[in-house]
Amino acid sequence: MATSALSLKNIDAYYGDSHVLTDVSFELGEARMLGLLGRNGAGKSTCMSVTMGLLAPRRGEVVVFGDKVTGLSPEMVAAQGVALVPQGRRIFKSLTVRENLMVAARKPDAGSKHAPWIAETVFAMFPRLAERHKQIAAHLSGGEQQMLAIGRALMGNPRVLLMDEPSEGLAPQIVAEVMATIRKLKESGLSIVLVEQNPRLVFDVADDIVILNTGRVAVVSTPAQLDKDGVDLTQHLGVF
Amino acid sequence: MNFWLVLTANSVTFGGLLFLLSAGFSLIFGLMRIPNLTHGSLFMLGAYVGATFVVGLLGFQLNFWLAAILATLAVAAVGALAERLLLRRLPGDQLAQVLVTLGLSFMAADFCLMVWGGDPLNIATPGGLGGFVRFGVMVFPAYRLAIIVIAIVVAVGLWLLLDRTRLGAMIRAGVDDPDMARVVGIRVSQLFTVVFALGAGLAAFAGIIGGPILSVYPGLDQDMLPLALVVVILGGSGSLLGSFVGSIIVGFIYNFGQALLPELAYFVLFMPMLLVLLLRPQGLFGRHVP
Repeated sequence: MATSALSLKNIDAYYGDSHVLTDVSFELGEARMLGLLGRNGAGKSTCMSVTMGLLAPRRGEVVVFGDKVTGLSPEMVAAQGVALVPQGRRIFKSLTVRENLMVAARKPDAGSKHAPWIAETVFAMFPRLAERHKQIAAHLSGGEQQMLAIGRALMGNPRVLLMDEPSEGLAPQIVAEVMATIRKLKESGLSIVLVEQNPRLVFDVADDIVILNTGRVAVVSTPAQLDKDGVDLTQHLGVF
Repeated sequence: MNFWLVLTANSVTFGGLLFLLSAGFSLIFGLMRIPNLTHGSLFMLGAYVGATFVVGLLGFQLNFWLAAILATLAVAAVGALAERLLLRRLPGDQLAQVLVTLGLSFMAADFCLMVWGGDPLNIATPGGLGGFVRFGVMVFPAYRLAIIVIAIVVAVGLWLLLDRTRLGAMIRAGVDDPDMARVVGIRVSQLFTVVFALGAGLAAFAGIIGGPILSVYPGLDQDMLPLALVVVILGGSGSLLGSFVGSIIVGFIYNFGQALLPELAYFVLFMPMLLVLLLRPQGLFGRHVP
């Protein structure tokens, strides 16, 4: 495995008394894409919350490029180069498209090999956002809002990009566009965790697969290996 | 005819003063979800601190505007301290925030009574604004017009800050979705302190600016706080435009209510608030917060 970009080690997390993650461990290699799969309520989004510092785990640690980030606030985790495209997009609806991008702008880390993301490079990737850069974000379509959520995350010049169900609620044509963008980001060398319920989308692009089932890691593999082993995914994902 | 015109002009003046008071209150409630019941005290404290310099209670007198700036900065610092030392320890716990800010307002009232005594302090109208301005048949005090101008200048300044700067966009992002704002790297905690200090400073500025009209007296805080609450509920929390429109509406309701139905002045004042709470709980310009 390449250098570790992100690792979750023996994470136990709770919402109140509800134990939602039990001893969850997985690792994302540098410049790789990890597909995190599972049914509704399996704990995928909770893994994202724990990684971003939105939910403190009771046990275990989160490490980003060798630095422990467990217990850090979300803004400190963002400063470590982790960005999140959240489930439901959660763009800042009262801000314009450009403002959504500007508030998330962060200089790239010294020695970064990638060209920095600025508003213009985001607009080059998503021309539709460029056309609507003065528009209030609440007035964008669902697909445009998803593009904005991705662009906003990229403005942080992340080393690790977490994408939580970016295809959710989008028309098939827009899903294809979003997936093409994700492919490009992967090819640019970004380390990505792609959370999805739909395994077909993930198997096409991910290097590694982790499947969660009721808050535990059920499978760690690769798409090819899963195919070869003939693992019964319906057992973990319910639909396939 | 003159009576109605004067009443209208007075309503606009009072609305301007209320805007200075309530803009900060609205911002603090909109961004931080803190129902800051010390806001009336910050208004009164600003008035007392400013009066101290203007009247010369320390043995020297300062120019009214310099005193206003000093009072604003001093009370902004007090607000920042209260936020950092107390309120940030109670995130999301609105009952505790209400109790703590209410307690602080009682302490501030006692502190003011102890330091400045129970007699009202009268603040002279600043030099050059003591006269009257004539509009046709109508004569209007120059200082009241100055308050309207100041309120408009502050409103435009706040609008530029919130709408045209990156800091303003960050504040609005924090109002929209505080958790997500933190996720994209915005230090919402520091923004909270800045916003609280700004709100406290504005309240203090309103206090000293309103001094020549209202004078400064024990209980001024309790007179002003309900008005700020009504403004924010009418206009919608976190909305600058809502604060402005709400202030002007309350300015009119308050003045006309006092003049025409003095026995029912508070009924007239709070009835629109009740209706807004029932029919549009987010206020006229606020967004629905689930």
